[in-house]
Amino acid sequence: MNWISALPELVLACAGMAILVFGVLAPKNAFRLASMFTIAAFLITAMLVMGGTTSLGYSGLFSSDAFSQFVKLLILAAATLGVIVSLDYSEHENMQRFEFPVLILLSTVGMMLMASAANLMSLYLGVELMSLSIYVLAAFARDNLRSAEAGLKYFVLGALASGLLLYGISLVYGFSGSMNFADLSAELTSASQASTGVTIGVVFIVAGLAFKVSAVPFHMWTPDVYEGAPTPVTAFMGTAPKVAAMALLVRLLSGPFAHLLAQWQQLIVLVAIASMLLGSLAAIGQKNIKRLMAYSSIGHMGYALVGLAAGTPLGVKGVLIYLVTYVFMNVGTFACILAMRRRGRAVEGIADLAGLAKTDLGMALWLAIFMFSMAGIPPFSGFWGKLFIFQAAVTQGMWVLAVIGVLTSVIGAYYYIRIIKVMFFDDAAEAFDARPASLSFVAVAGGLFTTGFFLFAAPVEAAALAAAKVIFG
Amino acid sequence: MNAAGFPLLSLLTFLPLVGGAIILSVRGDDAVVATNARYTALWTSLIVFALSLLLWVRFDASSAGFQFVESVNWLPSIGITYKMGVDGISVLFVLLSTALTPLCILASWESIQTRVREFMLAFLVLETMMIGMFCALDFVVFYIFFEGVLIPMYLIIGVWGGPRRVYAAFKFFLYTLAGSVLMLLALLAMWSVAGSTDITVLMKTQFPVAMQTWLFLAFFASFAVKVPMWPVHTWLPDAHVEAPTAGSVILAGVLLKMGAYGFLRFSVPMLPNASASFAPFIFTLSVVAVIYTSLVALAQTDMKKLIAYSSVAHMGVVTMGIFTINAQGLSGALFQMLSHGVVSAALFLCVGVVYDRIHSREIARYGGLADRMPAYALAFMLFTMASVGLPGTAGFVGEFLVLVGAFKVNFWLAALGSSGMILGACYMLYLYRRVIFGKLTRDDLKSILDLSPREIAVFAPLVILTLWMGIAPTHFSGFWEASVAAMVDHQHAALAPITQLAGIVK
Repeated sequence: MNWISALPELVLACAGMAILVFGVLAPKNAFRLASMFTIAAFLITAMLVMGGTTSLGYSGLFSSDAFSQFVKLLILAAATLGVIVSLDYSEHENMQRFEFPVLILLSTVGMMLMASAANLMSLYLGVELMSLSIYVLAAFARDNLRSAEAGLKYFVLGALASGLLLYGISLVYGFSGSMNFADLSAELTSASQASTGVTIGVVFIVAGLAFKVSAVPFHMWTPDVYEGAPTPVTAFMGTAPKVAAMALLVRLLSGPFAHLLAQWQQLIVLVAIASMLLGSLAAIGQKNIKRLMAYSSIGHMGYALVGLAAGTPLGVKGVLIYLVTYVFMNVGTFACILAMRRRGRAVEGIADLAGLAKTDLGMALWLAIFMFSMAGIPPFSGFWGKLFIFQAAVTQGMWVLAVIGVLTSVIGAYYYIRIIKVMFFDDAAEAFDARPASLSFVAVAGGLFTTGFFLFAAPVEAAALAAAKVIFG
Repeated sequence: MNAAGFPLLSLLTFLPLVGGAIILSVRGDDAVVATNARYTALWTSLIVFALSLLLWVRFDASSAGFQFVESVNWLPSIGITYKMGVDGISVLFVLLSTALTPLCILASWESIQTRVREFMLAFLVLETMMIGMFCALDFVVFYIFFEGVLIPMYLIIGVWGGPRRVYAAFKFFLYTLAGSVLMLLALLAMWSVAGSTDITVLMKTQFPVAMQTWLFLAFFASFAVKVPMWPVHTWLPDAHVEAPTAGSVILAGVLLKMGAYGFLRFSVPMLPNASASFAPFIFTLSVVAVIYTSLVALAQTDMKKLIAYSSVAHMGVVTMGIFTINAQGLSGALFQMLSHGVVSAALFLCVGVVYDRIHSREIARYGGLADRMPAYALAFMLFTMASVGLPGTAGFVGEFLVLVGAFKVNFWLAALGSSGMILGACYMLYLYRRVIFGKLTRDDLKSILDLSPREIAVFAPLVILTLWMGIAPTHFSGFWEASVAAMVDHQHAALAPITQLAGIVK
């Protein structure tokens, strides 16, 4: 059995149930305490992940290796920051219920399972555990019409995507006779021998997972759900699940289906190009900052897919580094968005940021750093992510992809620097309410990471490379 | 380790950031913060300038190699090192950057009244980026500084600029970024061939001729926008007109040199075959730039715009000189870059002086200033003459050497290029006549004040430099002669097989 290989997940799941029981039995509202316990559980799990060994457990269903460790640590970091940014918001918006952190915790368990999946079945279980928790989270502000709509929309479309995924899995199983990654890898050794059924199955699986990372053309839900969901949920949805789904896509396509590169490469290239284009063009007209971030994340996933499309360890390394930089700048940006509150009411318009540099220079500087970073301007971390991604594409001679990629990043830069323009060049609007310490902490942590990434790029790069090499064996 | 005995170049590069951190930590009411920010920025930049004089003293002009080299492992697994160093080509531009920054801070002492702290902070960050860019000996390090310049400059134009500052700031940012990202791809392609981003390694790497063509075009996209060359110069007049005086000074004085420096550091030595085959193309664009933008300058009614167009014309002479790839042409291009850095910066400061008093840049708004402002008229005249290229001033030596180099390549190139000197005389003297001579007619001009002691302190070093460079040009050109000779030899060696082949075919 080797059950110890899933120790972090087991501990986290048990902690989740314990917090649930605690929440029910606690005499008064236990939101704050439950959140603190959740953060503690995340930290303990992270330590267990770091101490974990490379092993294959549960009859080949579950794999613990350098890749899954790397991804899990990133997911845990994103989830921890996600819980911290929700503290203040939940109390303001009257949704301080202890189920909130527990749902985040359970979806995190699902994501960790995804990162470690070594079988199409465990993969599906992980995806569903993550998704079901997030459907509920999206609708968590249940008295709010927009939140309920976002939850329902996400659920209906998500269920469709799960159906596609499951259908793809059944096709692959039917035509190759196995669900185990190792067996699949041994079975599918050349692109020419692969049966059409397997290829169609792979296409369906890619479609299902592309929905989860919100890549074009499966992105339709993203802007509406991002805008409608409570902002801390948006912050969480924009980071950890994206990391998990992208990691799964990487493990699946570069692992068992690695030899079918010729079949899926074109698909990923097209999806990447479409995502980069839509992400940069559609964001230009947005007035709501959450909606803008939705398009921005579509674009970012397009860049990450460029690395996957290269189909080399260099490319997977690029994807991982890109995800690291993406998580921290995204969560930092959302901390700033959550701090946009006037007289107790949350505001979401880009115009509401007008003249922020005059009223709150600190927040304006941090947000400007995140925006420059997202636009890929050095020395911030976003530049490094793009550097490694495009290095992989150029090394493989994928010039069209690389040129389209850098040019869309220039178009994208327009809307990022427009936010800086609003903050620095425009006349000051009314000041925001004082920032709670929790949001300042996340913004500063994300900002320091984004600014100082060049200092510790070497260890991150080495860890990402080691993780990428595991996938390619 | 290096001639200074300590990491001088890193110190020069990052010291301004320390000053910036001090400025950020100042607390108190607005007036106190503003005063402290001004003095901190001034002292920081003066200390940096004083330190940079060590380069002038300790630099060994007889060597063509890199000096003051520092190297620290950064991303060893993929061949990126943090490597700094200067050679004859870059050393004087480091000095130009460190010299102009305190002058700019002094020039904005009174003209910047809003958000002084942020302005000084942006300026010190800008200084870091400029110095770092000229010192970088690793392509990735270079790229970081090259792109990093965009951030403070975008803010300087956008926050403290004129009425159309938002448009100008966006145009500046996006134009430059679009060029730079293509250079990034070229960087990655060179990396995949050479396995390193060390500039000294890349200079020795032989890139396949077909690849050189594409690399050259990618570099061209970046550097041509930055120089700027016709027809991608249109961001420059907008940026210059809208930027505050100090922003214009740095833009004209240092930022435009970044493009030409890129050609000298990357295109010519790393891509010798492509440089040779693209030279006629560059010559064409340069000649068009010289003649066309000079004519456009003649028609301007805005002083800053006129000087901005004259910058495009002068930089056309620089690109022409670079791609002659002979000793005179390269040396002339470097001299022209340096003299333009001083003279155009001074001209923008001259505009700033009257703009601070009258708040207009319209040429027609002025006239007869010689009566009330004799010292100003004298300084303005000197810089006008230097811009025209009068012998004995900085402007003459560079243009003359470039034209000598151009003659060696092609008679018509030199003939058309020299027309720029005549046209330059037309628009500059026309400008000077309209602003300085004539009758004082407007009331507010009748009470205008001459240069203040602070402004004299700003202009005096520039006047001295302009004359020094004109009278004793070898004090400056001596720095780069060895490097230029090495570059020409390198070019001949790289092209030798092709020339021999041509001989056999004949």
